[in-house]
Amino acid sequence: MAHQAHTDHHDPPNVTNPEHAEHHIVSPVQYAIVFGSLLVGTLITVLAAQVDLPGVLNPVIALAIACTKAMIVILFFMHVKYQSKLIQLTVACGFFTFLVLIMMTLLDYTSRSWGLW
Amino acid sequence: MPHETAVHEPHEHIFVPQHRHHFETEEQQREAGSFGMWLFLLTEIMFFGGLFFAYLLYRNWYYPAFVVASNQLNVKEGAINTAVLITSGFFMALGVYYAEVRNRKMLVWMLIFTTIFGCAFLGVKVDEYHEKYEKHHIPGASFSIHDFVNPPIDQKTGLPTEKALAPDMAQHTEIFFFLYFAMTGMHALHMIIGIGLLAWLIWRSNRGDFTDGYVAPIENFGLYWHFVDIVWLFLFPLLYLINRHPMK
Repeated sequence: MAHQAHTDHHDPPNVTNPEHAEHHIVSPVQYAIVFGSLLVGTLITVLAAQVDLPGVLNPVIALAIACTKAMIVILFFMHVKYQSKLIQLTVACGFFTFLVLIMMTLLDYTSRSWGLW
Repeated sequence: MPHETAVHEPHEHIFVPQHRHHFETEEQQREAGSFGMWLFLLTEIMFFGGLFFAYLLYRNWYYPAFVVASNQLNVKEGAINTAVLITSGFFMALGVYYAEVRNRKMLVWMLIFTTIFGCAFLGVKVDEYHEKYEKHHIPGASFSIHDFVNPPIDQKTGLPTEKALAPDMAQHTEIFFFLYFAMTGMHALHMIIGIGLLAWLIWRSNRGDFTDGYVAPIENFGLYWHFVDIVWLFLFPLLYLINRHPMK
């Protein structure tokens, strides 16, 4: 009785999960929704690129859509939404470090009078 | 008795085959494996990040050259490739699902579809690279700025297809093509390595190695494959869609 919450119906005698670890399985339906969203995002990106928007809006929108697509791939296809805090923190640190790479290198270029900046 | 304080019936601690003894529990082992794969992916983000920075800089410095050079790329092929790679990732995600629910045959099929779509992507890239070769847009000795200084005339309208560039700005299109080949080439190399690994995973999955509770290799390969997909999701708009007017 006490172990029903952890019993995996794919493994009734609970042989391969003796520690009764929680393990969320993402369903194919969720994957299909993500798949559809990614294709829609691609379509929007291509269509938006053909319209001349004011200022820097074109690349901003393209990157915003790309970042959204990347986020849903990371959260759902790569399961990060259902992982431990360790994994989530690791992913966040990765993006932070990437931003540091871009920002500090930009800082380097813009603070010197090399090239065109 | 509430669940938290329910007492286990006495039972032997079962060690599953994949549990290595330097890990306290199999769950810890699985998590350590994921953590390790993510650390590797972070190094890959930094690796591609350097190339993305170079792109950021030169696009800003030589924008007119980047616009004209980007228009040389085929948006239809790029968009199709994006859809192909997204589909490949979808099948990979389903592969992880079928491994978790222990369906050996479906897992093998999902990995096969993942591979097929991955190969389709590379096929389209070969076609695109071939076109670059024919037009003398591969950086190096054979690179020609002719099309940028004297843009070809559109048959229907009688007007040049692009704005003509001055020779020094036209020369900067070579930087765009260098970044195009460096970034998509490095991406394609990652795809080729991934397809090699998929062959191995298909062989082992067929033997039933990953449908008995040991899902880690499928899961961790999935992380790698989705990462390669994400890189392309950024490459496509940045390389192909800089300043597109109604699609040529």
